[in-house]
Amino acid sequence: MTAPLALDAALALLTLGVAAWTVATRQNFAAVIGFVAYGLLLALSWQRLGSVDVALTEAALGSGVTGAVLIAAVSRPPRAAGRAAPPGPRVRLAAALLSALVALALAALVLTPPEPAPSLAAAAAAHLPELGLGNPVTAVLMAYRGIDTLLEKIVLLLALLAAWSLAPDRFWTGASAAWDGAPPGGALTLLARFLPPIGVVAAVYLLWVSADEPGGAFQGGAVLAAMWLLAMMAGLLRAPEAGSPLLRRLVAAGPAVFLAVGVLGFALPGGFLSYPTGFEKPVIVLVEVPVTLSIAVVLGLLVAGAPGRPPRKEGQS
Amino acid sequence: MTAADVFTVLAVAAGAFFFLAGSVGLLRFPDALTRLHALTKADNLGLGLIVLGLLPQVDGIFAALKLVAVWLIAQLASASVTQLVVGVIRRDGEGA
Amino acid sequence: MMAAFLAAAAAFVMAMVALGLLRLLRGPGRADRVMAVQLLGTGGIATLLLGGVGSGLWAAVDLALVLALLAAFAAVAFVDGARRAGRPDA
Repeated sequence: MTAPLALDAALALLTLGVAAWTVATRQNFAAVIGFVAYGLLLALSWQRLGSVDVALTEAALGSGVTGAVLIAAVSRPPRAAGRAAPPGPRVRLAAALLSALVALALAALVLTPPEPAPSLAAAAAAHLPELGLGNPVTAVLMAYRGIDTLLEKIVLLLALLAAWSLAPDRFWTGASAAWDGAPPGGALTLLARFLPPIGVVAAVYLLWVSADEPGGAFQGGAVLAAMWLLAMMAGLLRAPEAGSPLLRRLVAAGPAVFLAVGVLGFALPGGFLSYPTGFEKPVIVLVEVPVTLSIAVVLGLLVAGAPGRPPRKEGQS
Repeated sequence: MTAADVFTVLAVAAGAFFFLAGSVGLLRFPDALTRLHALTKADNLGLGLIVLGLLPQVDGIFAALKLVAVWLIAQLASASVTQLVVGVIRRDGEGA
Repeated sequence: MMAAFLAAAAAFVMAMVALGLLRLLRGPGRADRVMAVQLLGTGGIATLLLGGVGSGLWAAVDLALVLALLAAFAAVAFVDGARRAGRPDA
């Protein structure tokens, strides 16, 4: 057995094992850890398949930020009253059958492609020089399918509104109470002082290098969000008020700039979201910077959760 | 094989040995605190040796600096998280 | 030759991570499970660097960088969650 095959086999078996364990375990905390472990292993698998952009997204979002959201959810003390009964055996059987069907269908699709397998890779690569980009993934996200990326950003906004709407009326526009109380101090404070500057540089690097190498606005934004959350967890930064004008401007900046560029595209041949010839790359960078900031703020707020205390009135510190 | 290649083979082999030692420790040590020692010390030393061994194999100073940066971040994170895990062990009442 | 050696080393480290995970995920405490995330972080970085440098896929080093940052963040998030779950108030 050659070494790369052994590596892939070990990775595949380990991923399946961790997935099975995550489903089988009885404790919520353990299941969330299993989910994060599974995500990290998936990121390694994507890298083995050559998709480093997807691997970066999986590591940053699938394990990091989503893991933090899940752990925040399972860490809430259980409420005694009003808790729904766990699903019965018939529901569980139906869920298992449905999941198995979907898995089988996907496996059939992936393992039996028509010969030769259809691929748009050549067409995608053909227009890269016109855009001034070297990374086909960025070209697809920001140029060929820019409309999808724009809609994604608006979906993020809607998700944030949905999360905020879970708060009781009296807390609306307040701040999250997740990290109220005495800060833990010690090693966490040290980590939260040293790591975020490095993380910010890494995020800017991921965004900048995405033109030609794997990276991107989403990955950079997720790393930024993780660093911001780290500072909040250590008590170095206070969770922001949902009503803060600066916060709202940051959240809206990404979709707004993207939408503005799209509408300006009407003045050019090609219509909505067409970029002026010769200026494609500067325009893409112009859009991606606020988009990265918006993603970072929205992801951080989603982990922080719905507001948990009433908004501070004017004049209070 | 050049001298750089010999160095790489030796360093990476030593690093892999420390990963083995760390995993054996994880399997055999009796409680969470001692397992934490195995994880933090042995595995991180293994990573350091592997990074050291890979330095001659990369082209250019920038790539080598990136490798060292990854290792430094891993060290900082590992050391801090170890302290935090000790807090969790104490809180859960294990570690006897 | 060097590429084959580095790939073999990557496979070996992955196997060691698998062994360690087998033990850590079983617990029984929360600390063991947080350590599992740490193990995946350190071992994953080692595997990525060995595989990436060996096969010339340099972007793997960027992924290792992100993995280092995010594994630290994930571990902190779990410790933070454990701390919050221990508090009697909301």
